[in-house]
Amino acid sequence: MNRARTSFTLALSVTVLSAAVAAQKVTITGAGATFPYPIYSKWFSDYNKQHPNVEINYQSIGSGGGVKQLTSQTVIFGASDYPLTPEQLQAAPGKILHFPTVLGAVVPIYNIPGVAAELKFTGPLLADIFLGTITKWNDSRIAKVNEGVTLPNMDITVVHRSDGSGTTYIFVDFLAKLSPEWKKRVGVAGSVNWPVGVGAKGNEAVAGMVKQTPGSLGYTEPAYATANKIAFGTVQNSAGKFIKASAASVTAAAAAAVKQMPADFRVSITNPPGEASYPVASFTWLLLYQDPKDKALAKIMVDFTKWALTEGQKYAADLGYAPLPKEVVDLELKSLATIKAQ
Amino acid sequence: MFALFLIATVGAIAYELGRQSSLSIQKFGWQFWQTDIWDPVAAEFGARPLIWGTLYSSVLALLISTPIALGIAIFIAELAPQWVRKPLVFLTELLAAIPSIVYGLWGIFVLVPLVRQFELNTPEWLKSLPLFKGPPVGVGMLSAAIILSIMVIPFTSSVAREVLKAVPQAQREGAFALGATRWEAIRMALFYARTGIVGAVMLGFGRALGETMAVTMVIGNNAQITTSLYAPQYTMAAVIANEFAEAADNIHLSALVEIGLVLFVVTLIINTLSRLLIWSMARPGRPSFLRATLKRAA
Repeated sequence: MNRARTSFTLALSVTVLSAAVAAQKVTITGAGATFPYPIYSKWFSDYNKQHPNVEINYQSIGSGGGVKQLTSQTVIFGASDYPLTPEQLQAAPGKILHFPTVLGAVVPIYNIPGVAAELKFTGPLLADIFLGTITKWNDSRIAKVNEGVTLPNMDITVVHRSDGSGTTYIFVDFLAKLSPEWKKRVGVAGSVNWPVGVGAKGNEAVAGMVKQTPGSLGYTEPAYATANKIAFGTVQNSAGKFIKASAASVTAAAAAAVKQMPADFRVSITNPPGEASYPVASFTWLLLYQDPKDKALAKIMVDFTKWALTEGQKYAADLGYAPLPKEVVDLELKSLATIKAQ
Repeated sequence: MFALFLIATVGAIAYELGRQSSLSIQKFGWQFWQTDIWDPVAAEFGARPLIWGTLYSSVLALLISTPIALGIAIFIAELAPQWVRKPLVFLTELLAAIPSIVYGLWGIFVLVPLVRQFELNTPEWLKSLPLFKGPPVGVGMLSAAIILSIMVIPFTSSVAREVLKAVPQAQREGAFALGATRWEAIRMALFYARTGIVGAVMLGFGRALGETMAVTMVIGNNAQITTSLYAPQYTMAAVIANEFAEAADNIHLSALVEIGLVLFVVTLIINTLSRLLIWSMARPGRPSFLRATLKRAA
């Protein structure tokens, strides 16, 4: 009898408790880049398991849309594959802070029948191919970097992204740093006016087109190259070494860039110093207001970001990203502490 | 009442497109219709290659699809035995029910490799024509036109079939009574139904102009004006779908909305022209074939 009553009270108290939790349930919405969506959704669902009352809802509508929604304050946080421009920062009603969350790389993928060797590329070489000044695989400039590899007398079919994307931004940012002509003629943005080639929509389509077009050269995130079993080349870094993209070489690039890291983290880390750095890599950023309107939600967001920057990093490599170097995380935690939360 | 609602909707769409693109309209003015450069980095936008790509791909699609669609319609309405008609009608209408992304995927994995084979094996004398110059990549205008024509066929053939069915049986019986062959009777029915058939083709044209997903997946997305069937080109609907999500600059966004406005205007012009065409064909005062013959006899 007594026992039954205890269990009844217990059941009652559990019900009351869960009702109280349900009442406190909060939903935080964010919007932005598609590139980090796989790891963000993993983070949000994991964080939700640890904090059942917090639900984070992320719409991967693209960096541009994310920035716009953050500026009009319809979302609590934004996400972008490129740092905001001074004009964009000015247009926002409050100060926006950038937090690098993970790193991504871009690799040159190719399909040349009869060539099994791993090709080497340099920045100027890639720029000349994408500018249309090098049009054949057996061009002497390609042969010079790839000694010992016999390349066929075949036209190069350039494949690029047709949709605006962070992947394109990282790639052309690298080209612009190493080729003055690219900088002058094409420039850097999420979508550019391509001098040559065919455009495919999305990483999958670029990988697919390269896979089925003999003689083609394109660029994607490494995960799509491995998933489609497409060869990707090494790229020469600023120390002159040819490096293959991997979680380690990308993290090394970010660590090498730490010395010149500006306080607001708005930095491009393509072509960084360091012998082991892979040169075509970038951060992707989470965007938060420094003085947000809703302090309670801000507190949760700060707690989530702290968790993502520390414990959350362990998911990065499996999902095709590179984890942040410890030096960057330390700097970010300091910046995170400046947010005026409850 | 409902008609008013329809007019108000169209008006509201035009107004909103105009309002959202005001920045780009002010900056580029008529230049927007005349320049060939689409450069988001330099913030220079011209719609001409995109208008060209849209019209060229749609016209090519009509050239391919119209004979096939009319053939299907004539076969179903005039020639086929009763038991074949139902399954054929079902199959053509099934083509219309396939989502365009599925057409796009089929295009990438089946059509584009076939087109590439064709392009690689183009005979030399054909390659000297400007129509067949260009890189044998597979993706490009030819693939886009073929995929569009397949998507348009069910629309044109369904309407044409219904129009042919509406031709009074007495017309055919009259033709046979005068000693016409079966083919002559069909030609007579086609002539009788001509306004409806033009309407069916125009419906297909409208569909082809606005198609986005399947086209962007196979057209190559490179803004340039060329008659080459092999060259990658770009359409208005495709550029909006591609660049809208990541467009960060206000002027870029505004230019994309203006492309929407241009597409709206182009569609409007084409619909008006087709109306005029139908109207001129159906005009009562027009000297008919019969009247002309009578006049000659007299």
